[in-house]
Amino acid sequence: MPSFVITEKCDGCMGQDKTACMYICPHDLMALTSDTHKGINQEPEQCWECYNCVKICPQQAIEVRAYADLAPLGGSVIPMIGSDTVMWTVKFRNGQLKRFKFPTRTVAAGQVDIYPDSSAGDMSKIKEPGFFTHHARGDALPTLSGNI
Amino acid sequence: MEPKVNNWEYCEKPEIVVHETDILLIGGGMACCGAAYEADRWATSQGLRITMVDKAATDRSGAVAQGLSAINTYLGENSAEDYVRYVRQDLMGITREDLVYDLGRHVDDSVHRFEEWGLPIWKTAEDGTRLDGAAAKRSEPSLEDGGKPVRSGRWQIMINGESYKVIVSEAAKLALENNRKATGVEQNHFERVFIVKLLKDENDPDRIAGAVGFSVREQKFYVFKCKVALLAAGGAVNVFKTRATGEGQGRAWFPVWNSGSTYAMAAELGAELTMMENRFVPTRFKDGYGPVGAWFLLFKAKATNALGENYEETNREEARKLYGDYVDNVGTCMRNHLMIQDMKAGKGPIKIHTDVAMQKLAETMTPKEIKHLQAEAWEDFLDMTIAQAGVWAANNIEPEKTPSELMPSEPYLLGSHAGCAGIWVSGPEDIGPDEYHWGYNRMTTVKGLFTAGDGVGASGHKFSSGSHAEGRIAAKNMVSFLLDHKGDDPQFSEDHEELAKEVFMPMETWGKYNSYTTDPNINPHYIRPRMLQQRLQKCMDEYVGGITTWYMTSGTMLDEGFKYLEMIKEDSLHMCAENLHELLRAWENYHRIVAGEAHARHIRFREETRYPGYYYRGDHLAIDDENWKCFVNSRYDKETNSWDLFKKPYHQLVS
Repeated sequence: MPSFVITEKCDGCMGQDKTACMYICPHDLMALTSDTHKGINQEPEQCWECYNCVKICPQQAIEVRAYADLAPLGGSVIPMIGSDTVMWTVKFRNGQLKRFKFPTRTVAAGQVDIYPDSSAGDMSKIKEPGFFTHHARGDALPTLSGNI
Repeated sequence: MEPKVNNWEYCEKPEIVVHETDILLIGGGMACCGAAYEADRWATSQGLRITMVDKAATDRSGAVAQGLSAINTYLGENSAEDYVRYVRQDLMGITREDLVYDLGRHVDDSVHRFEEWGLPIWKTAEDGTRLDGAAAKRSEPSLEDGGKPVRSGRWQIMINGESYKVIVSEAAKLALENNRKATGVEQNHFERVFIVKLLKDENDPDRIAGAVGFSVREQKFYVFKCKVALLAAGGAVNVFKTRATGEGQGRAWFPVWNSGSTYAMAAELGAELTMMENRFVPTRFKDGYGPVGAWFLLFKAKATNALGENYEETNREEARKLYGDYVDNVGTCMRNHLMIQDMKAGKGPIKIHTDVAMQKLAETMTPKEIKHLQAEAWEDFLDMTIAQAGVWAANNIEPEKTPSELMPSEPYLLGSHAGCAGIWVSGPEDIGPDEYHWGYNRMTTVKGLFTAGDGVGASGHKFSSGSHAEGRIAAKNMVSFLLDHKGDDPQFSEDHEELAKEVFMPMETWGKYNSYTTDPNINPHYIRPRMLQQRLQKCMDEYVGGITTWYMTSGTMLDEGFKYLEMIKEDSLHMCAENLHELLRAWENYHRIVAGEAHARHIRFREETRYPGYYYRGDHLAIDDENWKCFVNSRYDKETNSWDLFKKPYHQLVS
């Protein structure tokens, strides 16, 4: 149904500045129920199963039950997000378990320097092909004229 | 039906927020993130303000929201000329080679930046072993310094891309922050604001002056005044009926939030579209639409029909009768065509033999290496199509033991992948004939309106990295435009409140009529956006060559379909919205209708079957190079609700 919220685990992100799943869902699917203020996927038939709500939930209250029109019951795929890795637990319908761990980033969040050489664009080259990074390095891009 | 009126009697009148900027970025995906990063370096020193407006949260918006397991455009040791040859061949001989070449010469820098920002990129060590991105970072040089990527194809490299978009977004947000501080603006990054309409300059109907939209979180109407804009809000999904049903309808291959907004808003402003007849029908793992690239190219898996035959070989000579030499270098659509022949003949299921491939690779491997290989196979899905891992788990499929079924999906409209629908843009000044430039690189035929990624037509195979790079190309040229037009002060004449009334109309309609029936879903006064979407999907599917007809349509079928499409368009004015979420859906679906109509009109005009396997004109089944080796462009006139379609010549620039 795509993503679903476990009633007991969800606290509606009460202690936080925003409701995490609502904040992150690319398709605006997550909402809070008006009575209990818990997360709910308000439009499951529009869910892409992108898992962003699952990954961001601070309570691990959100999981995915694979689309019922095409998937038999009983399997699950659950991520655990670390600071630079993701650990996946895949459970088959027959109970078999598989676990995988993959890196997600090699520079810590918030630590990136996007302009390491502090170069602004060289305005004399604004009409030329190439990015500010090419100009800073002195790279001239090839052109096609010789090949026509 | 009587026209709907919004007098704010039932819908709470929204607060109207007016935001002035120089550069407006519409969208927050790879292209707009690239644009923010590049624009800052050129605009900030000139005091020019940049604003990004994203209908979602930029960390996880756009087509890369879920992550990716590969970067599909990295030239490395290849030449941009060869990149042109590859794209041209895959897109059946017709591409804007100036745009493709330009992309090819720029794209690697974006990939190098991703790696610098922390994207893990697999590398091949000196002894030939494959290292994941974290291990490679410890022992191997970066790509920029000569590190060897793991190629899963000539143009593709493997990554650990779960956080790909988060990493790219972080750089874009830092760039926006830099610009915001330098220009003294209070806010320049708007999330959860959906732009639905572009506005023209009152003195020059061919120039953009602004855009309007609304918050999907608060009752607020946004008016953005700008001097230039980058419209890069993705392709179009859910225009056609999906193979999945019920709650599975979100399982499209391309992200379901890509609602055709790029094409619809450009068309309504009068920008010239190109190649909107093109579509993409990806053949993928059945139901979950997991990627096949790594399986075919890296793991060397083969696909056959149920008789064990290679359908690409057995169906080739029959296909040659209609498609001539195009069957010799099999591109994406032709590969579909050859497979579909067997599916229609009952020779399915078509299977990809993951088991055979894995067992063959394992023959020379240690148990540890085999385990690593199996993890790589799962990661391919877990990084970008987790749903497919769910399908495997639910069906007890272990790829090393069991083959999987393949299936061609429902059609999507896009310009970044193996498709080339989009907007007609000016090309790089140093390449190509005069008719390919009328101004600034990646500017549409509307002055000041630029596009990138899925928005640029007639040049596919950009993928994630190319879309980022194309956003950067557009950004630099937007600044160039601004510096050349310093005196410009475009203004639109529309009244803010009248615009707000139009945008919020579905909420007024809901409030006025919903209690008329005991079930608000069934009400003669309106249609809910969900149902209008399903009507559009049914119409497109049956008349414009969807899955039901195996992608077959014809002039007569299209003409019949236009009658229904016209009424769908009329009924779009009677959509209701119970809340802001449904208002989002109402406008997304309006955009889908316009994009879908553009697609149908273009297919009607091109009297041949240029893309067998993507769609067929039953009345013109062959490829007709003599008459149709050209672009098809169109212009929509919203005032008169009419489409003008015409040919534009194709120029071969690379031998």
